Amino acid sequence: MTEKDIIVAENLTKEYNGKTAVNGINFRVRARECFGFLGPNGAGKTTTVNMIYCFSPVTAGRLTVLGLDVREHPREIKSRLGVVPQENNLDPDLRVLQNLLVYASYFRIPAAVARERAMELLAFFDLDDRTQEKVDRLSGGMKRRLTIARALINNPALVILDEPTTGLDPQARHLVWQRLRRLKERGVTLVLTTHYLEEAGQLCDRLVIMDRGEILEEGGPGELLAKHIGREVVEVGGSDTGNRIGANPGQNGPAMASGRDEKATALPARTIEARNEKHQPPSDWETLVLSRVNHLLRGHLMVGDNLFLFPRESGQELLQALQAQPVHFFHLLLRPATLEDVFLKLTGRGLTA
Amino acid sequence: MRRIDISPLVWQVLRRHLIIFGRNWKVNISFNFFEPLLYIAALGMGLGAYVKPMEGLPYLNFLAPGLVASSAMFATSYECTYGTFVRMEFQKTFQAMVATPVSMDDVITAEILYGAFKSTLYGSVILVVILVLGLVSSPWALLVPPVLAVAGLLFAELSMLWTGLVPNIDNFNYFFSLIMTPLFLFSGVFFPLSGLPRLVREAAWLSPLYHLVNLVRSLVLGQINPGLAWEFIWLLALAVAIFPLPLYLMRRLVIK
Repeated sequence: MTEKDIIVAENLTKEYNGKTAVNGINFRVRARECFGFLGPNGAGKTTTVNMIYCFSPVTAGRLTVLGLDVREHPREIKSRLGVVPQENNLDPDLRVLQNLLVYASYFRIPAAVARERAMELLAFFDLDDRTQEKVDRLSGGMKRRLTIARALINNPALVILDEPTTGLDPQARHLVWQRLRRLKERGVTLVLTTHYLEEAGQLCDRLVIMDRGEILEEGGPGELLAKHIGREVVEVGGSDTGNRIGANPGQNGPAMASGRDEKATALPARTIEARNEKHQPPSDWETLVLSRVNHLLRGHLMVGDNLFLFPRESGQELLQALQAQPVHFFHLLLRPATLEDVFLKLTGRGLTA
Repeated sequence: MRRIDISPLVWQVLRRHLIIFGRNWKVNISFNFFEPLLYIAALGMGLGAYVKPMEGLPYLNFLAPGLVASSAMFATSYECTYGTFVRMEFQKTFQAMVATPVSMDDVITAEILYGAFKSTLYGSVILVVILVLGLVSSPWALLVPPVLAVAGLLFAELSMLWTGLVPNIDNFNYFFSLIMTPLFLFSGVFFPLSGLPRLVREAAWLSPLYHLVNLVRSLVLGQINPGLAWEFIWLLALAVAIFPLPLYLMRRLVIK
């Protein structure tokens, strides 16, 4: 282990109730970086950070935080950590300022120092006009900021944020991100878990993608995109011409459904087709699309009814090639690649699945 | 069983409870204060007028010290069932605390001490009330608060055992109707146990409240005898002996 590694996990494993929540993972978090655990709910992210802040006992493997073994020195480690848990657990019996002061006392911070630091933190998080407010009266975003402020009361070397912006509206989320970036500029090491790709992309220098207790991939957000996807993605929605690719769009009338149901003929064409599809073999429009534009692709992925195409060179070129096809697509979109595409490619599932 | 991990941070956690108590004490005290007063009025004064003297005492004088003991027991039992459960389950206060250098054993020890604090305070308040009513006849009554503190530890631990074993807010009703109410009725608060069958009298020896009632009544009335020391030692020994159990159960409950 080098001095720069704030956290070192080797074959870290956690089992409870007979289930393996974290299955022998390895990672290192360097000083002053923002390190992310990205993955869907149940991937083992929270379990992993619970072990880092010495809440959940480690089942097997080795975990050192700030150079100390979590099994041997939990109090020493915790005295230098800040923890922002997934659920806000501010003390509802205490007012805003008092929440910070009482929390400071658990770190044996002298009252005068604690008060000074608490006022600084409340100012930093735009809460200095609410010092005497009841915690329950704060908005979701304010509670979150207060929880982060609380985690900083002991000037931690490492701050752990478990889903820091889950449940916040976009504006509140951006405010939290801004503050976290400023913390990073001050040299605080951040570890965060998230299932928001945008969050990981915005904040993390490096991240691991987790699924079902294992780490699938590790790297910087740009690095992962370059490796697996590229810069752009073209999303193609299922063609309404079904397996009749090449047919002139617009010529499919109600006649397609003839003889099945008297009432059905009165329905709009698309509805009828949707019904009929159940009884037809799966359409292979995607195979045909792929065969036509294959030379422009570095890869592709089928996600439900949508086809994600990863252009080899230019997304615009691919888009034009698709538009030139005599096919009507529900949906045709050129967009920048995101970490979600990486995740989808690695797992075949979406993050919210 | 694992090593117990307690530090002086217990006092910081206890201080947190006392800060909150200090803000709500008027509401809290009057709630716990009211019920014993009703018993004094209805049973001591009302029913007592028709009841023959017990152990040579007017019924009101017999009953009053018993209510000091039972108030202490109930104050702690509510705190270490409902109070503890709300902090643990709904407010997640324990989880927030153990993310700091505070350990889970610190948290639960502070809960137990806070329970004992409530016993001491609420029992003492009733003691002052019966003093004002002229129902205290000996300066030995000054020893009642420390006795309440020791019994309070025991009540806190026993309540916490239930919370640790049956962590469901609906099941606390069973605790009160199946355990606390029988203790309240058959521990010598309302009548001496000497008239009951031998089995009941022997079972009463297991009741912490029975010993607390004996101690408080004897101190309030100045009926000092060597047997009291044994009763006190019994409460203290039991409190010390079972102390690790609630720590173990609560830790198992919170830490996954």
